[in-house]
Amino acid sequence: MVLRPTFGHVPPFSPGQFNMLYRFGLGEVAISICGDPSRPDEIVHTVRSAGKITSALVRVAPGETVGVRGPYGTGWPLHPMEGKDVVLVAGGLGLPPLRPLLYELLAHRDRFGRLEVIYGARSPKDLVYYDEIQRWRVRSDLRFQVTVDTAGRDWYGDVGLVTARIPDARFEPERTVAYLCGPEIMMKLTAQALEERGVADDAIYLSIERNMKCAVGLCGHCQYGPEFVCRDGPVFSYRDVKPRMALREV
Amino acid sequence: MSGHLRGDPRLKAADHAFFRGFDAAFVERLSTGALEGSYEAGDLLFREGEPANRFFLVFHGKIAIELAAPDRPRRTIETIGPGDVLGWSWLSPPYRWRFDARAVKSTRTLALDAKTLRDDLDASPKDGYQFLQRLLPVIAERLEMARIQILDIHGV
Ligand code: FES
Repeated sequence: MVLRPTFGHVPPFSPGQFNMLYRFGLGEVAISICGDPSRPDEIVHTVRSAGKITSALVRVAPGETVGVRGPYGTGWPLHPMEGKDVVLVAGGLGLPPLRPLLYELLAHRDRFGRLEVIYGARSPKDLVYYDEIQRWRVRSDLRFQVTVDTAGRDWYGDVGLVTARIPDARFEPERTVAYLCGPEIMMKLTAQALEERGVADDAIYLSIERNMKCAVGLCGHCQYGPEFVCRDGPVFSYRDVKPRMALREV
Repeated sequence: MSGHLRGDPRLKAADHAFFRGFDAAFVERLSTGALEGSYEAGDLLFREGEPANRFFLVFHGKIAIELAAPDRPRRTIETIGPGDVLGWSWLSPPYRWRFDARAVKSTRTLALDAKTLRDDLDASPKDGYQFLQRLLPVIAERLEMARIQILDIHGV
């Protein structure tokens, strides 16, 4: 969904931030921004129909209006990756929040070492940005691996967990920064696999998802341990949240 | 379509990642009766229910592990490639494959003989223990994969 303002201008955003999208009469939902940060004239969101508000949002037709508050949240820290190898691991709808970061990396490609993207989805038909992925996969300055949980015989790509791709991924662990986004169990297993290869836990960042209401740290709806995801996250260092991820429910 | 198996293999088990760090003489013994397999896309390595009489070391290509449920199309539950190993149903009775294995693209394997393996693992418990220690993480990873698939973590 591409949005342009009916008045004023689009405030700049950092990769990893989110907006609150409002469908009149139904309510608001937090959706990460997934467009190109160098294109300040539009707001891009990828929405999958999963509830009352999101299913109304996917039905929005060109010319209709949607309420937008934001951008909110901390975003992916960019400075730790200067001069380092960078690994992005996305699961399912975890790719949209990482896409602005990938645009940013590709726009300043000479500032980083190797760039490895691993993207896992439930099945081939659940892959988002399929055409764009094909373009990324043929680039020589990036390795973009795709794997699905299960597939039919018409799929010639990889089947398996994203974690299975970590041992062969091309990066030097001691000079690597990793950014993870997806289901929490997938991020936890991926962070463990990265640590096993020697990546430091404070060089791993992940985006936590919680239901949001106020999005400005007032209502406590998005509490995650001692922090609020809307204000202190959604991006956290794995070192900081590791103890919480070991618990069944936070 | 079932590919092509030939004796006098040029591929060596000792060159495969699975056997890194093993005693060379032990690996040589295990390789007695090994067959080199060449497969094209679509070729079956084996079918569910058939005797599990080989342990496959993958050197090139990609293999899909497929499961079939009655009245449903076959699904690939995992793909494996160079450096991976395939199959442990030969290790314990009833020695029958529990899934199909099919080449997704041009693939080369070294298929060790299961009877030789079992006899040598029995005869040399220390090496046999090392072998099982190497195989166990492969089994554990596949179980974890199955667990994630059951949880359907990417489902909405
Ligand atoms: S949504 Fe209200 S505190 Fe985070």
